[in-house]
Amino acid sequence: MTPELSPAIAASVPQQNGQPQSRGAALRQNLQRSLRRLTHNPMTVAGLIVVAMLLLVALFAPWIATHDPLAQDLNNTLKAPDAAHWFGTDEYGRDVFSRLVHGSRITLYVISLVTVIVGPVGLAVGTISGYFGGKVDTVFMRITDIFISFPSLVLALAFVAALGPGLDHAVMAIALTAWPPIARLARAETLQLRKADFVVAVQLQGASSTRIIVRHIVPMCLSSVVIRLTMNMAGIILTAAGLGFLGLGALPPMPEWGAMISTGRRYMLECWWLVAMPGVAIMLVSLAFNLLGDGLRDVLDPRSE
Amino acid sequence: MAVSALRLPPGGLQRLGRRLGTVALTLLGLLALTFFIGRVMPLDPVLAVVGPDADQSTYDQVFKRMGLDQPMYVQFSYYLNDLLHGDLGNALLTGLPVVGDIKRVFPATMELATMAIILGTCIGIPLGVFAATRRGKMGDHVVRVISLFGYSTPVFWFGMMGLLVFYAWLGWAGGAGRVDLAYDGLITPVTGFLLIDSAMLGEWEVFASAFKHLFLPACILGLHSTAYISRMTRAFMLAQLSQEYILTARVKGLSERTVIWRHAFRNILVQLLTIVALTYGNLLEGAVLIETVFAWPGFGQYLTSSLLLGDMNAVMGCVLLIGLIFVFLNLLADALYQVFDPRTR
Repeated sequence: MTPELSPAIAASVPQQNGQPQSRGAALRQNLQRSLRRLTHNPMTVAGLIVVAMLLLVALFAPWIATHDPLAQDLNNTLKAPDAAHWFGTDEYGRDVFSRLVHGSRITLYVISLVTVIVGPVGLAVGTISGYFGGKVDTVFMRITDIFISFPSLVLALAFVAALGPGLDHAVMAIALTAWPPIARLARAETLQLRKADFVVAVQLQGASSTRIIVRHIVPMCLSSVVIRLTMNMAGIILTAAGLGFLGLGALPPMPEWGAMISTGRRYMLECWWLVAMPGVAIMLVSLAFNLLGDGLRDVLDPRSE
Repeated sequence: MAVSALRLPPGGLQRLGRRLGTVALTLLGLLALTFFIGRVMPLDPVLAVVGPDADQSTYDQVFKRMGLDQPMYVQFSYYLNDLLHGDLGNALLTGLPVVGDIKRVFPATMELATMAIILGTCIGIPLGVFAATRRGKMGDHVVRVISLFGYSTPVFWFGMMGLLVFYAWLGWAGGAGRVDLAYDGLITPVTGFLLIDSAMLGEWEVFASAFKHLFLPACILGLHSTAYISRMTRAFMLAQLSQEYILTARVKGLSERTVIWRHAFRNILVQLLTIVALTYGNLLEGAVLIETVFAWPGFGQYLTSSLLLGDMNAVMGCVLLIGLIFVFLNLLADALYQVFDPRTR
């Protein structure tokens, strides 16, 4: 490895035998290949469309919703779906469709907040653990093991029990349970990278460990971490909905989908729409993220081929 | 797996020892975690005992008796000591020791989870094998869609829909609880498994009623495991089917059924066993939700009702137990590999 093959230069050098020589080249190569192949699979496209719709609905919720999601209309309680109320009304006469539309914002809020917390934490723990190895690795991995030895919903339940119910506490609890798989993944990737030529090259140039991890190892782990995060989103939605269902997530009158199912349960036998509609919404979004995650993995992860 | 086995020394004993050491460490961490969660709780544990009307001296007395004036590590050692004596404290709701409560409700959950894992295994494995043999064709896609739905459906919602359709509309399923009200409490628990107990006593009416109540929640709880097991089976089978001994078997002219079931499938059995063991642990998570939906008097309902009451002794006891079961199942999965797969020796 010659000194002039620093990552900045290597990025501009044509790639040899298809192997990316730096993170710049790797990212560009991945991106091109991904876009081409992502749109090949109809299931992935379906997932993409649903996720895009979720984003749009959340963004334009006030314009899409036909009613105020919190406005009560006690003359029109528990009405079956009709032209005025597309998905019917709940026990306070609130429009179920409008509540679902506004609920998409809560779902997105939970997913993005958890992902924003979990991604960096998992990456940091995993890369540091994998790069330094030895005692650091042992300590970090033991901690990860402890968190992995609970089913995520149960651990989240315990945390929410300690913190008290509420949407933000639910987000924190889910984040606390969701980082270990990311950390493990990042560690596994780092273990493969730490002796790679380009890492040794920057080490010889005198780069600090922090710089190597942040500028060279983290970007190489990103694609697999992003796949994992996307696939996790489905699980996050289900856990958040489960917490909401148990009355430990978003509190009423927030139109959170799980909480809507929970309150609708009392009227379930006469008013199926109170339970069915939010459930379908959760299932669709969760399915979409699963499809998208699957598609991303097929595209970005060469091992799955 | 095969590679790591080659690198390790042949003595399985050292490996087992190291593994047990790791497990012990994980367990200690588990305890520390539940202890810590119990500590950060904003509720005052003393207030829960003495009530809001107690005067300061009573409060201080209880505060001292609970060891709360001691440093954290001393409190933790008390906690460990209590645990080793099988004492998880008393539950607020029942006033009885948490350990006894859990013992009472646990069989109901075990019965549900066992039924679910049986269903999940019996449906998931054939589906996975089928998908693997039809790779890339229609059958494969159908199985993929089924398993994706299994992954994506909120289990509590699916349970409610099941109740609505099969209980309220069609009247096929038994509805809430473990057994019809008329039969409730008729059977004195021996194993705690209602199906086994009623069958042993020859109470076939109770057995039928219990089965009617059990089948629907078990099916719904088993959906997620069906999805997972079928996916893993497919992946394992594909790995086997691409190997040369399969080609050899086919060239020899063996029937496709023999090739798939006697050759490929036998080689994935150990992997499948470990997957089933791990899935069983995950069922406990679904059980927490499904038991709430079906008013199933088990462990999950006990956990959630204690949770809503802020009964931390009971909650932490339950969480700890689930953690223990998880660690144990992981260990079991490992041991299964060691025993049944000669390559790991």
